[in-house]
Amino acid sequence: MSTLLECKDLTKAYGKKPAVEHVNLCIESGHIIGLLGPNGSGKTTLIKMMNGLLMPTSGELYMREAPIGVESKKHISYLPDHTYLNMNQRVNDIIRMFADFYEDFDSLRAYDMLAKLQINPEDRLKTMSKGTKEKVQLILVMSRRADLYILDEPIAGVDPAARDYILDVILSNYDPEASILISTHLIADIENILDEVIFIQNGQIRLVSSVDEIRQKEGKSVDALFREVFKC
Amino acid sequence: MPWNLDSDRPIFLQIVERIQMDIIAGKYTPGDKLPSVRDLAAEAAVNPNTMQKAFQELERTGLVHSQRTSGRFITEDTTMIEELKTSFANEKIHEFLTLMQQLGFENEQILDMMNRNMKEEQA
Repeated sequence: MSTLLECKDLTKAYGKKPAVEHVNLCIESGHIIGLLGPNGSGKTTLIKMMNGLLMPTSGELYMREAPIGVESKKHISYLPDHTYLNMNQRVNDIIRMFADFYEDFDSLRAYDMLAKLQINPEDRLKTMSKGTKEKVQLILVMSRRADLYILDEPIAGVDPAARDYILDVILSNYDPEASILISTHLIADIENILDEVIFIQNGQIRLVSSVDEIRQKEGKSVDALFREVFKC
Repeated sequence: MPWNLDSDRPIFLQIVERIQMDIIAGKYTPGDKLPSVRDLAAEAAVNPNTMQKAFQELERTGLVHSQRTSGRFITEDTTMIEELKTSFANEKIHEFLTLMQQLGFENEQILDMMNRNMKEEQA
């Protein structure tokens, strides 16, 4: 086990408004971690900094001890909260583009998952439902052999049956040395596959704990604890 | 099919109980090889690290032992499995008796009802 990603006193402010404040975090290899927090707690801001899409206001961020940049993008597979794909493209064209773009992209794996979810690779994105588009994007992201997968709300729009399949894909395909960071509101659906959870609130880390630790100490699920901690 | 797990108790403990139950009930027989951590984790829809932890706990109690490269096997010590079976049964009986007492039944009445129910089921 080694450290993949490290945040040191990481802060991001939009103008005067702080979004992420003094976050210290270590992501080790071989873990599935849930990044959980209410709306506006800073999850996406934190994730965007990890992917080099936002510059921190202060603090440091390292992937395998090197600053975030071109090199780190080779090793982090990122599913953003909004799509950046061209809706006119066909799935097989996008797969060709990904294979060309990412050294670690496994086209066979992508076609295999598409077949299992009965998605036609000839279809254009714009002809698909919201949930199917999400499945395609998740398949693209999970078809890379990355060290770290960062998934921002990956299962929000897909039906429960597909959700089960997607979790199965995540569990059976990822390299034991790789890690997955998942931000989501659907805690109950994924808590059985998480090693660790991070609660974030108002841009600050509230809690880092293992799922079984929470169940042992609190006698309740992570979902129930979340509802209690973040009660409106 | 993902395993049916309670949401308020540690996952690894529930996996341990489930595998113990499978051994007692004869789904795995003494000396059987267990599936790999990865396969069983995928089947149960739980994290492989959690499955690993459950396997370690089963090894600690001696119910399962690992052989370096060939995997994990169910113990061939049938006395141990019998003991586990008895202690599991006692636990269930205790739970049942507590519940019946809460309902206000005396021991005599419980025995009567038990006998009657068993006869009906046989018939």
